[in-house]
This record gives sequence, structure tokens and C-alpha cells, in this order.
Amino acid sequence: MIRINCPYCGERDHSEFSYGGDATINYPSLESSEKEWTEAIFFRKNIRGFQLETWHHSNGCRMWLEVERSTVTHEIKSVRPCHPDLQKVVENNK
Amino acid sequence: MTRFNAWNVIKNGLNGQSGWSRQWRDPEPKSNYDVIIIGGGLHGLATAFYLAKNHNIKNIAVLEKGWIGGGNAGRNTTIVRSNYMMPGNHEFYEHSLQLWENLSHELNYNVMFSQRAHVSLFHSPGARDSAARRYNIMRLHGTDAELWDLKTLKKKIPHLNYDDSRFPILGAAVQRRAGNARHDAVAWGYARAADSLGVDILQNCEVTGITRKNGSIESIQTSRGTIKGKKVGFAVAGNTSVLWQMAELGNLPIESHKLQAFVTESIKPLLNQVVVYGVGGAHFYISQSDKGSMVFGGDLDWYKSYAQRGNLPIVQDSAEAAMAILPCLGRIRLLRHWAGVMDMSMDGSFFICKTPISNLYLNAGWNYGGFKASPASGWYFADLIANENPHNYVHNHNLERFEKGINIDERGAGPDPKLHG
Repeated sequence: MIRINCPYCGERDHSEFSYGGDATINYPSLESSEKEWTEAIFFRKNIRGFQLETWHHSNGCRMWLEVERSTVTHEIKSVRPCHPDLQKVVENNK
Repeated sequence: MTRFNAWNVIKNGLNGQSGWSRQWRDPEPKSNYDVIIIGGGLHGLATAFYLAKNHNIKNIAVLEKGWIGGGNAGRNTTIVRSNYMMPGNHEFYEHSLQLWENLSHELNYNVMFSQRAHVSLFHSPGARDSAARRYNIMRLHGTDAELWDLKTLKKKIPHLNYDDSRFPILGAAVQRRAGNARHDAVAWGYARAADSLGVDILQNCEVTGITRKNGSIESIQTSRGTIKGKKVGFAVAGNTSVLWQMAELGNLPIESHKLQAFVTESIKPLLNQVVVYGVGGAHFYISQSDKGSMVFGGDLDWYKSYAQRGNLPIVQDSAEAAMAILPCLGRIRLLRHWAGVMDMSMDGSFFICKTPISNLYLNAGWNYGGFKASPASGWYFADLIANENPHNYVHNHNLERFEKGINIDERGAGPDPKLHG
């Protein structure tokens, strides 16, 4: 079991969460070319090692989290809210 | 290499089994090959075999970082079927099934292919309609397919749980020619047959670097020295992105996910079919091996991973599904479970295609379907490498299909790799 330290709920089993995916995708502007959109929607780095990814605490606080996790050892380096403003709130309350 | 036949079996039975030669050589790498296949799994070995057999290319090397058949070849549930409906896919998998039917003779190696029928249960009128649609498409393309009503199903498999009021069984979609094979025998059979045609199988030969020059691959650096090849093929599903980035080619429409499978202690004959159970998003498939073990599997672990080990929530899910459909398994003990790393592609279909590098060819993205695809995968990948022109069946199985909007999405699940199970 992977244990994810949710900033709102504390450390919980990963089975409480839903996996989102790559957290580093930057969607291009609406005017961008099909090539750029294809790259954003369909193409992935698929990192072997530490990557930034999103998890949804779907059976908990229902917040979206950004998790830095190794895809080889499953070790987690950091967990924080996805939303930048919420990140600030969590940081300030530490 | 000593051929397997009745005469040799009797002769060696009388002389203490002393007349058998080794199954394949253990050669030193040469410095130059016509074709280098990276990946000594079923697809890589099959590709080398068909390159030699169908296209008369003899100077071939298969590079394997561990031992052959040690990756996903040994981490599957050995199911063979061809119940696909998208153009390209159904022709491809049907050809694969036909190759399976003659594979033991072709390789002179018993791959223990057993056409015991693939029985996919349905539990609602909607699911029955959907199964009927898929199976009608199969029949229109000349693949065998039938629907069993509840009476037939109860007669064929009496011990399923027919009393489940939440998910009552209404019947099943059946492909009789589908079944199982022995996974190790397929790897060993292809290796032995390829080796006898002159293919060098280089084990413990890990690729550590790829040197490019003027738009083509010049040489491959390995743990056993530098090797040059006129053409290079990747057949390393699970780790495709790693090699792809080693060749400085950027991103791929693939994520690596892990899929678990389970095997129990041996019991007397219980189940003479492959049974598939899928309701409410769950997904479960079970069969009985020739040794008597129940072999089953379920969903992906849902999060991206290169770890070849599974996680416990899926063990629980699969055990619950087993109990839901075959309650008689309640006291059976699990012997082992393992996980293989899948190339999950963005539309659930594979890639057999050319690449931005002129002498590099890609075989990847097999999702759940790698084992059954092995013979046809080797066949069409060899055809692409030898003739430079993708066959009609695989001409849309390329990396450009997403930009063109011609995704080959059997499930209609959209661009999320984990949903294409």
C-alpha cells in the first residue's frame, strides 16, 4: 500500500485516492496548432523515476493533490494541493 | 539442434536422454548485424524468427537485458483470443489466432495451445446487446463467435454463481477457438526456431546507449560491447519510453502501468474454459492451467509504475471478483502473484510502425493484449522491417494516428491510458 500524506486529512492509504496522471502537462492556447494540442493530450514523458502527478482524495476531502512520487520505488517526496492559492494557504498554516 | 519427433523421443528414451543438443546457442555478439531487435520477449523473438523464415534475413541479433522470457512473457495469464472489432485490429488478431493454431508444428515445439473457449459473461440486457454487436462484427469478418443463453451456459459451466441477485448472469459471448497456451514454451519455441535459422540470441545484454548519426542509428552500446546494425527494432513493451528517450526522440503516446496476475495451488479439473467477468467497472478473468492451478487477473493497479510488483488493493479486488463468480474457490490458497509492466497506449491499441529515425522501427503499446498478439506481432513487424512498407492491417497503427484523429479505441475510453484495460 502506498501511503499519501494528504495536507488536509493526514497520512492515508492510496486506496482512498483516485489517480489523476501527469501533473506537468501545459495545455496550449486555443489558437495553437493541432500538432501542439496532439502533443499535450496524447504524448507523455512516461518518466522512470520521480515524477509530478495528480491524485484526487476521492474518498476523503475530495481535494486534488500534486504528488512527487517515484515510478520505480513508489517513494513519495512531497504532497501539496494542486491549486497554487491553496498551496500558499497550507504553507502559511504550517 | 535435435528435432523433436517420435523417433528421437524413443531413441533418447533408450540411451538415457543423452542425444539431445542444447536448445539454442549462447553466442558472443558480433560487431555487425543486418537487423538488431532490442527485447528478447515473445514479440522480439517472434520478429527475429519471421525475419529469418519469411524474409530470408539471416544476420540478426536479439538483445535481451535479462534472460529470454523473463519479462512480460512470464507475467501474463496466457489467454489467446481474437474478439476485436476495430478495423485493423480484428484482422490482425484473427491472423494471430490462426498462427497460434499451427504454432507447435511451425516451431517444432509444443506450445500447449489449448482451444478451450473464451466465455465472456454478461449481466444485463444492455451488456447482451453490446456483446451481440461485437460478436456479429466478428462473424461478418469470418471469426467464430457465438452467444450462449443461460441454459447452455449452465450446462457447460455448472458451478458459476447463478444466484447473484445484484449481477445475475444472463448468458455469455463465446469464442470457441480461443484458449490458452504455455507462456514459457512460446518463448523457448521461438528462441529455438530462430536460433536454428542463424539468429544470435544475446542474453544479459542490456542497451546502455544509442548513437545517432545523420538521421539514422549508427550503433548500440550494450553491457556486452558496441554493436552495429543496419536496421534496429524496438520490442520492449513496458520500457519503450526509456529506450525512446535514450534515442532522443522525446515523448510517446504511452504510459507504463502494472498489471497483476495470480496463481493458486493445484486442484482437480474445475474449469475447462477461460471465463471473463466484468461488471460495475470490475474486470476479472480466470482459467485453470494444465498443472491444475487457477490462474486469474484483474485490473491495472491504476497508477503509473515501472515496478514489477503489485499492490494489495488489487489483490483484494481480484479475490472479491473470484468469490463473486466462483464461490467454490473460497478456501483455495494463493501461491503467487506478480505484476508485469504494460505499455498502456492512449487509445488502447498497439504500434507497429516506422519512426522519425530512418532505420529504427517501433513495436510497442500492447496494453493488455501482448501475449495473444505475439505471433502476428512478430509477423507484421518483420514484414515492416524487411519491406519498409506497413501491411494494410497495421498501416494505421502508427504514432501519427492521434494527430489525424483516427484513434483505434476498442473501448471508446478516450486518451487516458489507465482506462484501456
